[in-house]
Formats: sequence, C-alpha cells, structure tokens
Amino acid sequence: VTAPAELAERLRERFPDLVAARGEVTVTVPREELLDSLRWLRRERSLSFDSLSDVSCTDWPGREPRVWMAYHLYSMRHGNRLRVKVGLPGSDLRVDSVTPDFPAADWQEREVFDFFGVHFDGHPDLQRIIMPEGWEGYPLRKDHPLGGVPTQYKGAFVPPPDQRGL
Amino acid sequence: VEEEARRGILTTTLGAIVNWARKQSTWPVTFGLACCAIEMMAAGAAHHDLARWGMEIFRASPRQADLMIVAGRVSQKMAPVLRQIYDQMPEPKWVISMGVCASSGGMFNNYGLVQGVDTIVPVDIYVPGCPPRPEMLMYGILRLHEKIQKRGTFK
Repeated sequence: VTAPAELAERLRERFPDLVAARGEVTVTVPREELLDSLRWLRRERSLSFDSLSDVSCTDWPGREPRVWMAYHLYSMRHGNRLRVKVGLPGSDLRVDSVTPDFPAADWQEREVFDFFGVHFDGHPDLQRIIMPEGWEGYPLRKDHPLGGVPTQYKGAFVPPPDQRGL
Repeated sequence: VEEEARRGILTTTLGAIVNWARKQSTWPVTFGLACCAIEMMAAGAAHHDLARWGMEIFRASPRQADLMIVAGRVSQKMAPVLRQIYDQMPEPKWVISMGVCASSGGMFNNYGLVQGVDTIVPVDIYVPGCPPRPEMLMYGILRLHEKIQKRGTFK
C-alpha cells in the first residue's frame, strides 16, 4: 500500500486538480477525459487501478456543475484506493459510459441513471434498475420531494393519503 | 306470493350456509413482505394456531386461496406482482391489509413504497400496528368472518 501523500505526488503530474485529505486521494477530471484517465490509471503498472469498486453520484442544485459523478478505484496489485470525480452541468447530464472498459460499472451506472437521470453514452443496456419501468421522476435528486409523493401505478397517479379526502 | 316467499326464505338460508362455510375456511395466500410476515407466521404456528378457524394452510398458489393477508410494506415494483396474484385468486376473495405500512405507507413516506395497498387492490379489513401482534391479526380475521357472514353474497 502506498501512502496517500506519496500516491498524490505520483498522480499530481497528470492530474493537477488533486486533493489528498483524511487519507483519501481524489482527482477531478473533465468529463471528456474520463475514459482516457481511467484507462491510463489501469494501464500504468506502478498504479494498476484495475478494480472499479463503486460508481456514485451527488446532486447539488443551484451550483454549477450541478451533478458530480464519483468513480471509486482499487488496485488489486498495490492495495491503493483512488476517487475520480467528474462534474456534469445541470443542462446536459451525460457522460461516457465506462461499462465497456469496466463491466462492474454496468448496474452501478443503471442505478445512477435510475435515480439521477444521468445518461451514459455507450452503455449496453441503459434502463431503470430499481424503480419500475415507466416510472416518472428521478427520486434521489435534491429537488424531488422527500415525502408526500403520489403513488404511481401503471401510469395512474394516486395522491398521498393526506390528500385523498378520506 | 307464498311461493315467492318460500323461495326467498330458501335463498337467504342457503346464502347464510354458504357464507358460514366460506368464513370457516378462508385459506390465505402467502404474501409476507416484511416484519409483519413474522407475526403472521406466528399467528399460523402452534401457539396462536390459525387452524382453529380452518386457515392453517397458507397456500403458495393464488388459485387455491381466497384471502390475501398483505403483511408488510409494498414497494412500487412489488405492486404489479401483488395485483397479478390478487387477480389470479378465484372469487369470492378478501384482502386484509396487515400493519400500518400496507395500510397507508406507514413511516415509509417516500418514492419507493406504495402509499397504502388500497390504492391497487380493494381492502376489507385494516389491521393497524407496527407490526400487529398475532392477537391483533386474529381479531382482524374474526372481524372479517363477521363481514363475510353478514355481507357476503351468494350467486
């Protein structure tokens, strides 16, 4: 295992936008360079980040970029961990899919698509994974209401219990 | 008129007998979805013993069941499954909404869960509780028996 500071030094040359804090190393890349960056991180034998352990997403309404993708990498050879972040503008939520390179991303990207509505270009089967097909809305966006939402059933909307006039 | 009256008496009597027979063995379909299912199983097991009302057999096939005890929270994705199983049950059929989650969504007031199973199937008896104890479920079942006896129709 490489010390985080050492790993940060090793990466800073290629990724100037780098943060090493609390024992974690995070690099931010433009979304056009995401695929190249991940491929490079895997290819470099001194790094060999060959395992994509998680793909996650956060929503920050009112900020730009609004949505941040986070790719969590792990090196089987060295035991290091690394986070790669990509910011997406709220008006254009799309990013290249990493599934063709990292098959582990398949369902993770479908989950992000399901909950945040981010489109992954090149994903082989981009459809909802947890919510029912045909469900409307992206429930983990911050502007989605926390409670009191109508029940959707086969295209019909049933209002929440306190609005049914029972 | 006398003949009509006699026929009328005969019909009510037969209806009462049929309803009595129906209420004495309402076979439930297995539909345990969450922690309520544990209490439902406890109600079916030896200590509380649903066999006293002829309903110890939880049928795994909806074709052989006439009571659906929705025990637990129903997710949006489970809703079509639940409805299909309900549709596959032969008439006459009844539904008990067991627990507060099945009745109104309960504490899960969010996008993931159906806010009350009565939005997708007609419910006869609501049993509150989180989860209800077996005694409460049995009380609901007895109330359902009353309902079947009084308001059941025989065609």
